[in-house]
Amino acid sequence: MRSGGGISIWFFIGISLLVNGVLILGSGIYEAIHPPQQPVVLFHLHASIWWGALLTAIGAIYCVKFSPSASKQG
Amino acid sequence: MISLFFANSVPSLVHLSTIDLVIIVFYFALVLTIGFYLKEQANTGEDFFMAGREMTAWVAGLAFLSANLGSLELMGWAGNAYKYGILAAHWYWVGAIPAMLFLALVMMPFYYICKTHSVPGYLKLRFGPAAQALSSISFALMTVLMSGINMYAMAVVMRVVLGWDIHFSIWVSSLTVAVYVALGGLRSAIFNEVLQFFLIWAGALLIPILGLMETGGWSGLKQRILQNLTELHVANPGAYTHAWSTLGNFSDNPMGINWVGIVFGLGAVISMGYWTTDFLVVQRVLSAKDLRAAKMAPIIGAAFKMMVPFIVILPGLLGLALLRDPHSGALMRLVPGDLAWSPEGQAQGLHSFDEVLPLMLARYCGPGLLGLGITALIAGFMSGMAGNVSAFATVWTYDIYGEMINKNATDQAKVRMGRWCTIVGMVISILTAYLAMQAHSIMDYVQALFSFFIAPLFATVILGMLWKRATAPAGFWGLFAGTLASIGMYAWVKVNPLAVKYVALSPQAQDQAQNMFRALWSCLLCAFVTIVVSLATKPKPDAELNGLVYGATEIPKETYVSTLHRPWFWALIVGIAFVIVNIIFW
Repeated sequence: MRSGGGISIWFFIGISLLVNGVLILGSGIYEAIHPPQQPVVLFHLHASIWWGALLTAIGAIYCVKFSPSASKQG
Repeated sequence: MISLFFANSVPSLVHLSTIDLVIIVFYFALVLTIGFYLKEQANTGEDFFMAGREMTAWVAGLAFLSANLGSLELMGWAGNAYKYGILAAHWYWVGAIPAMLFLALVMMPFYYICKTHSVPGYLKLRFGPAAQALSSISFALMTVLMSGINMYAMAVVMRVVLGWDIHFSIWVSSLTVAVYVALGGLRSAIFNEVLQFFLIWAGALLIPILGLMETGGWSGLKQRILQNLTELHVANPGAYTHAWSTLGNFSDNPMGINWVGIVFGLGAVISMGYWTTDFLVVQRVLSAKDLRAAKMAPIIGAAFKMMVPFIVILPGLLGLALLRDPHSGALMRLVPGDLAWSPEGQAQGLHSFDEVLPLMLARYCGPGLLGLGITALIAGFMSGMAGNVSAFATVWTYDIYGEMINKNATDQAKVRMGRWCTIVGMVISILTAYLAMQAHSIMDYVQALFSFFIAPLFATVILGMLWKRATAPAGFWGLFAGTLASIGMYAWVKVNPLAVKYVALSPQAQDQAQNMFRALWSCLLCAFVTIVVSLATKPKPDAELNGLVYGATEIPKETYVSTLHRPWFWALIVGIAFVIVNIIFW
């Protein structure tokens, strides 16, 4: 869905997932290096790292696929 | 610096780090950016109120679902799952899927072909201005009041969970929604609802995944719940993990309801009324670019709705299985909000049912993930509020202002009115939130008031769409009688609590069970009055019913479309999945 020939809604979603993913991934890596004194339950699974990486990957794919420049070229 | 905005002296359930706050602030910045970006594309009435009627099935379908996924819905139903067990999932399955598929295949063609701007607008075309006036005034009033009540409830939860100041929560979230809806209209609301849909899943999906890993899967979860509830001497502990097998008798399940209430009260009346006639959700589908997209949108919504229990009901059940007091190690028992949030409850460190989702978030989510989870709750709240104000603005502008106040209003005047309505609707909501803060009991009354109109409205609309003989006076008097009956039953039980055994067929019926049966009776009475009055009055000729009623309308055929692109095919797939899910959790 494009807004009157402009930016696609999916591009905004890509930006959101990408930024959140990078922040969560970075936070997860930091915590893995410097474990907190009171870790959350199942901390050893490092959910922040793999969830952050997943969001980053999905966000990046959406950003590339639905980027405004790609749509102009298309 | 950011932390200063959230500084307070109230003890909170979770503590946000700087990275969490950055994620939340980024979310607010993004939704406002979308609103400003879309401002230039909301110049005509069709643009502002109907998003130009150019949404794809996916966008309309996800917005259709997201407008319903308020954070109170998320936290409230997670709490209900803790309270009633898996019975709460019926509100997502039998209480939604059949109605959404019915909307797609049966009702959408009439809504779409007549090109109405709203559900009251359809009533005007079918039954005349009296039915439209009754429906639009009640809808507009109840929508903004409900929005305010939800706003207050959300602010209370934010205070308890995050320690945020109640005024801060109300003003920041409502002003943000007012700005992006007033600027970009329905298109902006829809864009943000789709964004919010993704954030809700991204923020909440990790809880059930990690929860099931901790409990050892579904069978391990069931075993722990059975063990914990037996330890707490809860009656029928097995009923918490079975959706249908305990619905034979009122006393066999924690909700005090039987299968008649669930199937007919919830599935056939309340859910049909809500998903097919509540303009808040129907408006999203009306924005679809063509009839096929309009039919596919509710089917896409239904497919995702069926999966929502994974992020809402499962965390509630996980709470039953896993939550223990961090100090004593004893099983944690959540209590009603009134008790938990009272000074005595706070002194004892009690938590309410509605806190189960944030409790599970705090259990598994470290910095970053916690911010995303809280953003999911805020996003849910804002998508629900945006749905309320955009629907209110449309009904006010087209069905009240354009019909009763200024019949000659130009398109530009309507857009201006729509923008102002968004602001005014939000101001009324905020005032209602403050009223609820002063007089807490008003929340119960407003929530009940809203339910009065939905069930009879479904009977009126469905008879109007499927029965040519239904007449204009019958539409009005049926709706009026059904609404009055619903109010009467509610008042009867308030005055004499023993009357619940007549209204809900059981003295053990809890609030949800009462709502089901009150809806069922009011809908049946509305249908009865509509039929009787129709038979006694003169019907409209067929020519005047073209585009409005089954049998008098030519529905466009979908020729040259492959099976994979046909709505009925996907409705069938969703229907089969719905049956399988219910059998699995029987």
